[in-house]
Amino acid sequence: MRTLPSGQTQLFIGLHLIHEVTTPQAFDMLRQHGWRVAFPERTFGTVDHIVPTESRRRPFVDLIAEEMTAALERNCRDFGIRLWGPEGAGSENQGIVHVIGPELGLTQPGMTIACGDSHTSTHGALGALAFGIGTSQVRDVLASQCLALDPLKVRRIDVNGVLAPGVYAKDVILTIIRRLGVQGGVGFAYEYGGTTVDRMTIEERMTICNMSIEGGARAGYVNPDETTYAFLRGRRFAPAGEAFERAVAWWRSIASDREAAYDDRVALDAASIEPTVTWGINPGQSVGVGERLPDAAGDDSVDEALAFMGFAAGSRIAGTPIDVAFIGSCTNGRLSDLEEAARVVRGHRVAPHVKALVVPGSQSVSREAEARGLDAVFRQAGFEWRGAGCSMCLGMNTDRLEGRQVCASSSNRNFKGRQGSPTGRTLLMSPAMVAAAAIAGEVVDVRTMLEEVTA
Amino acid sequence: MSQSPASISHVTGRGLPLRGDDIDTDRIMPARFLRATSFEGLERHVFEDDRASTPAHPFNDARFAGATFLVVNRNFGCGSSREHAPQGLARAGIRGLIGESFSEIFQGNAAMLGIPCFAADRQAIDRLHTIIEHTPNLTIAARVDTGLITAGPLRITATLPAPLRDGFLSGQWNPTAMLLDRFEEVRAVAERLPYLTGF
Repeated sequence: MRTLPSGQTQLFIGLHLIHEVTTPQAFDMLRQHGWRVAFPERTFGTVDHIVPTESRRRPFVDLIAEEMTAALERNCRDFGIRLWGPEGAGSENQGIVHVIGPELGLTQPGMTIACGDSHTSTHGALGALAFGIGTSQVRDVLASQCLALDPLKVRRIDVNGVLAPGVYAKDVILTIIRRLGVQGGVGFAYEYGGTTVDRMTIEERMTICNMSIEGGARAGYVNPDETTYAFLRGRRFAPAGEAFERAVAWWRSIASDREAAYDDRVALDAASIEPTVTWGINPGQSVGVGERLPDAAGDDSVDEALAFMGFAAGSRIAGTPIDVAFIGSCTNGRLSDLEEAARVVRGHRVAPHVKALVVPGSQSVSREAEARGLDAVFRQAGFEWRGAGCSMCLGMNTDRLEGRQVCASSSNRNFKGRQGSPTGRTLLMSPAMVAAAAIAGEVVDVRTMLEEVTA
Repeated sequence: MSQSPASISHVTGRGLPLRGDDIDTDRIMPARFLRATSFEGLERHVFEDDRASTPAHPFNDARFAGATFLVVNRNFGCGSSREHAPQGLARAGIRGLIGESFSEIFQGNAAMLGIPCFAADRQAIDRLHTIIEHTPNLTIAARVDTGLITAGPLRITATLPAPLRDGFLSGQWNPTAMLLDRFEEVRAVAERLPYLTGF
């Protein structure tokens, strides 16, 4: 919009998504100053972080969840913001904020998007520029619809070639982070391309953009293309009729061209990527399922991670027993994720010692999955089928690890204590790999189970 | 309009040495403490789980109680965008961070609270850690304009991103007023955006 006196750019935010955890203080600050929400029609709310995934009956049994939900309901009502709540009118679109934005066609190419959640980078999969922000910035966006932003460098990451069966977008982004490091993206936005990404569905691209932040990059981005336009056509908030054709023409015009100059370039060979599993306490600490853990060799970070996880240097990740299997999150809680996991699960039983749950990313994902009978596949295998929300990705509701439990998880972070128990341990992997681990009771190479499915 | 906050030209006080790379905001402020509609009381929960599992954690060490600076290593504050992390640190008395590098979201959130995150190389940070560990009462002084940090005999040249540095010096580190300053232009931009005008 303009260059601020500070030298930063004042950026107009085309879409502001809000949820119950990072906004109550922002609304309080608005009230203290007597400010209004500048563009309530460009602001949309939902509940995801703390919302129960079992009974949704109000008031919630979890009284703090009830209080935070009620606060968001009051704030949205007072300031004229549309809210998709946990029950009643509008609840049909409730879900994880990064799942429902694209699902409803709110997220569009060329749009600037902000949300008080670091995984806002997800929306870049549709060619939007999307940033996670803190609560004070949420206040600024509510009050002014603008953010003050430093210029970003762009690193182009090309993935070329064909992914082997059993290898997914999750494995691609885990491999990228392993290669470039969890701080490698600081100062950058990551733009993904290459023949592998070109062939990916929007849902797969979302998985990749989602975890850009885990590589330190402030944003993830994929150029809009025919796949993007086809995804958006007919969605509730996408332009319709002739406006859609005009929109496509504009979206085409904003894609970066083949000769675009980048601050850095990296290339990966898709065929070299294996099903990948984290073994440590940040998402860069991962290995292929057939590999061994690193030797400690005096690296403090490796030593700290191995000690926390209770793993021996040089041991194999395959065969690690698990206690909990979690399929869900803004990274991998979409329909295609549940379909891939169900393909592995069908006809099997969850290992007796494993607690397994599926938490669809949105109520819409849940309905679609139920229409295809996926809920029955999971239930018959011994999985719990839950309501939509963030759930055990961050353990803010009552879905939490206990003690030192090991969780095979399709989420995005394996930080110490991330899944709600200070000593709980997380192994990040694709939803299909989580499904395989749930059945085997330990980390296994999903490709061996997929061979069974095909045979 | 908000009152323009005060200029921040320097930070002075004792330090708290916290070694380790990639310390994420889940560790600084575990998610269960985000279960509230205000930031009040967060100072009690800073690094709560790390402190419980590591009795020798610097935040448990009485010698560093009341510190003004938190001295860290690489990629501090990575992960979740929760402002609860810098809010907790600020409420625990931290007014400045010195480290090798910071996650951008954390650094931006801290700046909104008037907390500069000074960056210096690994060797300088190691020296600073060591000197604080030996002399917890040492007064550290950091200048925002030049990035010069002094701690007893130690002199370190640190950096702040120029826009944040200038914001601290001019008193515009909280940009709300600046963003609202010419709101009519925001409306004008909105009226030009294809996705707001039906393409």
